[in-house]
Amino acid sequence: MRSPELDAILADINRIILGKDRPIRLALACLLARGHLLIEDLPGVGKTTLAHVLARVLGLEFQRIQFTSDMLPADIIGVSIFDRDTGAFHFHPGPVFTQVVLADEINRATPKAQSALLEAMEERQVTAEGKTRPLPEPFFVIATQNPTYQIGTFPLPESQLDRFLLKIELGYPDPAAERELLAGADRRQMVADLLPRINPQQLLALQQMARAVHAAPALIDYVQAIAVHTRASPQWHSGLSPRAALALLAVARAWALLDGRDHVLPEDVQAVLPGVIAHRLRPVDEGTKVGAGDTANRLIEAVPLP
Amino acid sequence: MARINRPVSRRQSWWLLATALAAFLPLTQQLPLWLSLAAGAAFAWRGLLTWRQWRLPPRWLLIILVVAGTAGVFYQYRSLVGRTPGVALLAVFLALKLLELRAARDAVATVLLCYFLVLAQFLFTQTIPTALLAALTVIVTTATLIAANDDRPSPVQQLRRAGLMLAQALPFMLLLFVLFPRVQGPLWGIPQDRFSAVSGLSDSMSPGSIAQLSQSDAIAFRVRFKGDVPAQSQLYWRGPVMPAFDGRSWRVTQTLGAYPQIPYEEKGAPVDYELTLEPHGKFWLFALELPGNLPPESALTSDFQPISRQPVRARMRYDQRAWPDAHAGLRESPRILRDALALPGSGNPRARALAESWRSKHGSDTAAILATAEQFFLSQLLLYTLNPPLLGPDVVDEFLFDTKRGFCEHFASSFVFALRAAGVPARVVAGYQGGEVNPVDGYLVVRQYDAHAWTEAWIEGRGWVRIDPTAISAPRRISSNFTAAVPAGEPLPFLARGDLAWLKELRHRFDAVTNGWNQWVLGYTPQRQKDFLQSLGLGEPDWRSMTAALAALCGIVLLGLTAWILRHRARTDPALAAWKRFTARLAKRGPAWQPWEGPQAYAARAAAALPERAEAIQRITDTYIRLRYGAGPAPGELQRLKTLIAAFRP
Repeated sequence: MRSPELDAILADINRIILGKDRPIRLALACLLARGHLLIEDLPGVGKTTLAHVLARVLGLEFQRIQFTSDMLPADIIGVSIFDRDTGAFHFHPGPVFTQVVLADEINRATPKAQSALLEAMEERQVTAEGKTRPLPEPFFVIATQNPTYQIGTFPLPESQLDRFLLKIELGYPDPAAERELLAGADRRQMVADLLPRINPQQLLALQQMARAVHAAPALIDYVQAIAVHTRASPQWHSGLSPRAALALLAVARAWALLDGRDHVLPEDVQAVLPGVIAHRLRPVDEGTKVGAGDTANRLIEAVPLP
Repeated sequence: MARINRPVSRRQSWWLLATALAAFLPLTQQLPLWLSLAAGAAFAWRGLLTWRQWRLPPRWLLIILVVAGTAGVFYQYRSLVGRTPGVALLAVFLALKLLELRAARDAVATVLLCYFLVLAQFLFTQTIPTALLAALTVIVTTATLIAANDDRPSPVQQLRRAGLMLAQALPFMLLLFVLFPRVQGPLWGIPQDRFSAVSGLSDSMSPGSIAQLSQSDAIAFRVRFKGDVPAQSQLYWRGPVMPAFDGRSWRVTQTLGAYPQIPYEEKGAPVDYELTLEPHGKFWLFALELPGNLPPESALTSDFQPISRQPVRARMRYDQRAWPDAHAGLRESPRILRDALALPGSGNPRARALAESWRSKHGSDTAAILATAEQFFLSQLLLYTLNPPLLGPDVVDEFLFDTKRGFCEHFASSFVFALRAAGVPARVVAGYQGGEVNPVDGYLVVRQYDAHAWTEAWIEGRGWVRIDPTAISAPRRISSNFTAAVPAGEPLPFLARGDLAWLKELRHRFDAVTNGWNQWVLGYTPQRQKDFLQSLGLGEPDWRSMTAALAALCGIVLLGLTAWILRHRARTDPALAAWKRFTARLAKRGPAWQPWEGPQAYAARAAAALPERAEAIQRITDTYIRLRYGAGPAPGELQRLKTLIAAFRP
């Protein structure tokens, strides 16, 4: 069951982004589960590099959109321009027409521009000037956002946050990794030198495999118990939605696949839980600053395995 | 224990405050105002402590407050024992206990105090609303007890869990209520601190005293007939008999215990019934004429009225038999007959003159005089009214010859006066006449507005004969009820009115519910328990057989509940059961398995702790994972897991 390509892909990425094995695995699991990824972190910790490396190593097209507060939907989707030679309007696709989109600093843009991207993510197609155009397959969005306490941000509403399968944080590298980074070669060049490990067809096959990972009744009971517990607990404003429970199961399957198993274990669910709940559960006492990891640990310890 | 010393969380102290309020508020009407205000201040203080997270007051201050509160209660009641002082003292303790919520044990003590105060409500009133309120408070208190152990679930969840627990306790409560050997005497048999005035017949009758009662629709007693309800005109409920007259009012002159048994011959068909008397604070027990037996703890007066040895201060129920056709007093003592002829020396000259003319005409033929008197009352066209005009000193003369308007006491009083003046022994009988059958439960309800006064005359050879002078002038008073007899437009008590049928219907239903509560909950006496158990076929139950039945039935209910729970519990996966055996065995030497821990994570932890067993642990774990989480485990895998676990020695 263990897929040599996946191991090679993970090794490649880990070679360039140092000391971030877990976030990298989560990002890959998110992609395998056909979901979109949200990264919240400070600038300069390697978000762009991660997106870039993923696209390279998976042999996908890559586009980056830098979100700004004066951005318009057309800047993302594309625009029709009058062609004097043919005497007709001609559609110029925007940067969203690619396989991997890095939407940088998505919460710098106005809600109008944000929603243009988020609709594309959900529908996997774009409607411009009355014509619907499908987006390429696979289609994977990595959005980054600055911590909401920074100035000049438009926080994403909960309903739109829910469209991201996972939310992860990269964080600063540990001292050893940072030293290696400083002493090592230029990362930009390393990315440029990277060769694709698989082609898009193989990626689609891997996604298919992830969906086929077996989830036993006992495991599904466990996912359900977690969702039910969050709904009954007074800790959060509202519990996990059924869509969130589905997301949890999908990512856990992809995580099991990355681990080389054909079945999901409770450990898989627990491993991906922080990323699934981080942007979905809003704690009641927001004053106390508790990380997503702590919240997830508390949740895990509160729900016994069925 | 560590749990008992756990500090009380904010959420828990809100729970405790709410419970204390719920338990205390219904008692405020029984407690003095200063105590309610002081307790209110303590509750507010508790609220502030929780809200602002202030420090608890120091112990010395609490000790001062306890002493002050106890002194206040003692000053108020001159005692610390008894019902109200005891409850007041508990209320003081509850209010102050809230100010020293340090650890979980304080919370539990508060909850227990609250339970007791809920119970204390029943020492004051035992109505259905009280019971419902107490049930609600018990749910809140139980929820607080649960919260004192685990405050994480939301209030709705806590309340739901408490409700479920109490619902499961309900069958046991019913069994204990029905089967637990009862003690004689009222359940709430604590002496009343003071006896509040209740309306009812008094031991004297003057013009206007019964008319006053006609404005009250309070219930006097309820009757369940064993057979058919007799005709309305037969329903004379004998109360105090009043032979003494002072010119204006009639009085009782009872000689207690004059007859050890019924002094007249049984005649005609008896009427059997059960009477539930509301407390009225007097000695007399009402009974249909003529009473054929004596209620327990009572005696018959010389004028044939059952009378209790104690004032009726609690609702009482007795079985009665009446002989409507019997003749009482065939051989009456001369003293009683002399009393029944006594009149004041002067007054009412016109009535006396009239009576003298009857006597001169008929001589000693008392039956003929009686007939003449009845004829005279009919010919005078007397009017029955709730609002008779005020009368001067000669009440009988003015009523009979001038105003001619009166209520039953005017009729009875004048009739007896006239008979006595004509030489016929006669006396006034007070009581109730009629009643209304509640169509919902079939009980005959007799209310204060059914109060009535009639007369008895003694005729040689016939004994005491009942004559109702009101019936002569206003026969509808007797055949239906008094509202039919009074002229239109006079103010009537609400329930006596003929209109507003739906409200009356509602009142009937409410009254039936109240009556059922009185009969079966408050009135569940040893006798009733015995009857009930005998009807279930328990023979002659003593406390031993009752305890045995109680234990057996509780066991059956418990078994039923257990079966229900087992049926609703999901069947445990045998692989999981085996895994639990394995982890339990492993925990003896290695780390304990956390219920939320995945198998692989636990195996890694255990293998690190017991490196020499790492291989066996890993093999068992892998097998278990294949069985429980794998896609299509191989056949025989479960057996292999069991064998591996059986062979495993940590």
